[in-house]
Amino acid sequence: MNPTMVTLFGGVFALLAFASIVGFVLSRRVKSENGIATVSNLNARIKAWWMMIAIFAVAFYFGSGVTIVLFALTSFYCLREFLSITPTRAEDHGATVAAFYLFIPLQYWLIWTDWQSLFAILIPVWAFLLLPLLAVLKGETEEFLTRSSRIQWALMLNVFCISHAPALLLLDIPGFEENFLLLFFLIAVVQLSDVLQYVFGKLFGKHKVAPRVSPAKTWEGLIGGGLSASAIGASLFWITPFSPLEAGLLALTIVFAGFAGGLVLSAVKRSLGAKDWGTMIEGHGGALDRMDSVSFAAPVFFHLTNYFFAL
Amino acid sequence: MIARIVGEAIVLLTRFLVGGHGRWRGVEPVGAQRIYFANHASHLDTIIMWAALPAHLRETTHPVAAADYWGKGALQRFIALKVLNAVLVERAKSKDPLAPLRDALEAGGSLIIFPEGTRRMEPLPGEFKAGLYHLAKGFPDVELVPVYLTNLARAFPKGAFVPAPISCVAHYGAPIALEVGEDKAEFLARARGAVIELSGEQE
Repeated sequence: MNPTMVTLFGGVFALLAFASIVGFVLSRRVKSENGIATVSNLNARIKAWWMMIAIFAVAFYFGSGVTIVLFALTSFYCLREFLSITPTRAEDHGATVAAFYLFIPLQYWLIWTDWQSLFAILIPVWAFLLLPLLAVLKGETEEFLTRSSRIQWALMLNVFCISHAPALLLLDIPGFEENFLLLFFLIAVVQLSDVLQYVFGKLFGKHKVAPRVSPAKTWEGLIGGGLSASAIGASLFWITPFSPLEAGLLALTIVFAGFAGGLVLSAVKRSLGAKDWGTMIEGHGGALDRMDSVSFAAPVFFHLTNYFFAL
Repeated sequence: MIARIVGEAIVLLTRFLVGGHGRWRGVEPVGAQRIYFANHASHLDTIIMWAALPAHLRETTHPVAAADYWGKGALQRFIALKVLNAVLVERAKSKDPLAPLRDALEAGGSLIIFPEGTRRMEPLPGEFKAGLYHLAKGFPDVELVPVYLTNLARAFPKGAFVPAPISCVAHYGAPIALEVGEDKAEFLARARGAVIELSGEQE
């Protein structure tokens, strides 16, 4: 692992250690029933963060192969969560199987072999055409459009969109070799933005952004958390090929895209009658509850960086 | 030894692909002698019901499986008999298909049965066959635990070759018992109702 990466993960560990201490002190202080619930959820989240950061550090240490596999598994779990609460039918089995066993490996293999042109169209074009064909062979026409859309949507979001994060490793940026740092930048800004919005929301939140869709999101949280995450992004300019201003603007874009992802997926979740996507990560819900903002932010960050900075 | 390793591998693969976790809603996962009865949607049901049990219950619980599927090849036979500790029944030929089930209960074991007898594509179970009633009558001390399996028909529908990774959960309900004077049809309808009721409670 290169020295910059060691410094960055050192910083993240220090931050988490600080959060753990705060969580411990709070758990001793808080007495009200509501407060105890909030703090124990907070501590569960911090514990899960240790786990997630450790997994990330290991993947980065071993390089692009392991990182790509890690994101492929993330896509797998997110897609599993998504389709588990989406009412597909037995007749959709062929399309579902193809989504899992054909398109996840293929999409991530294309990143591994550096085949960017096919990577960009595999799911929007080839899967889009193949999946409804697999479904139509079963001869069931009931709700055909809805059923086809569900699977295509699930695949776009959980595989295509999320795969844009490790795809940052593909970009060929003149004078910049350490593409892992771009991936670190993206994940750090998205997740810090989520955490800081949560913190600002808990401390100052009054005005809800979208009460029906996502009651926890407040304007105070969005503005306070979003601006601080963007500021942190700007201060990380030295690990990126960007100037401080560019880094700040890109971080701000990541924050907005991430917020949009959280909002849209919350609406999807609610339309399916669920509160969390799953129970995989204690305190956080499912894997998709952590990846919802990444799924929107990754393609936006990938394409802006590709357009303005890459060859 | 090999059976143990294969068993662990099957549990791991099940967790990875379809989850197969148990939700103990009406009953605790303790060692009482029981008959778990569930809706039947796929051949995976047997494995998921088995994997959803905690390890200490797996040793004493025998899934009841159809001999015409699980007894066919050497591999299926090995998995059914050595790994899952299954009791195989001849659905069509046998005069007294319940005999091996009675033997297992008399030896103190618990059973997993699918009273519909056949797999269905629909989420709710079909009519129950009489076997559950006869067992309830013959073994009044054994707890009858209804179980609802979610998503199985979507994860591994009839005629499919591989399971799709859609998470399947086993919901365990409160035990029921054969009441005094209750006739066969009433009891079977009530047992089926207990499974259906669990389907409404799933998260």
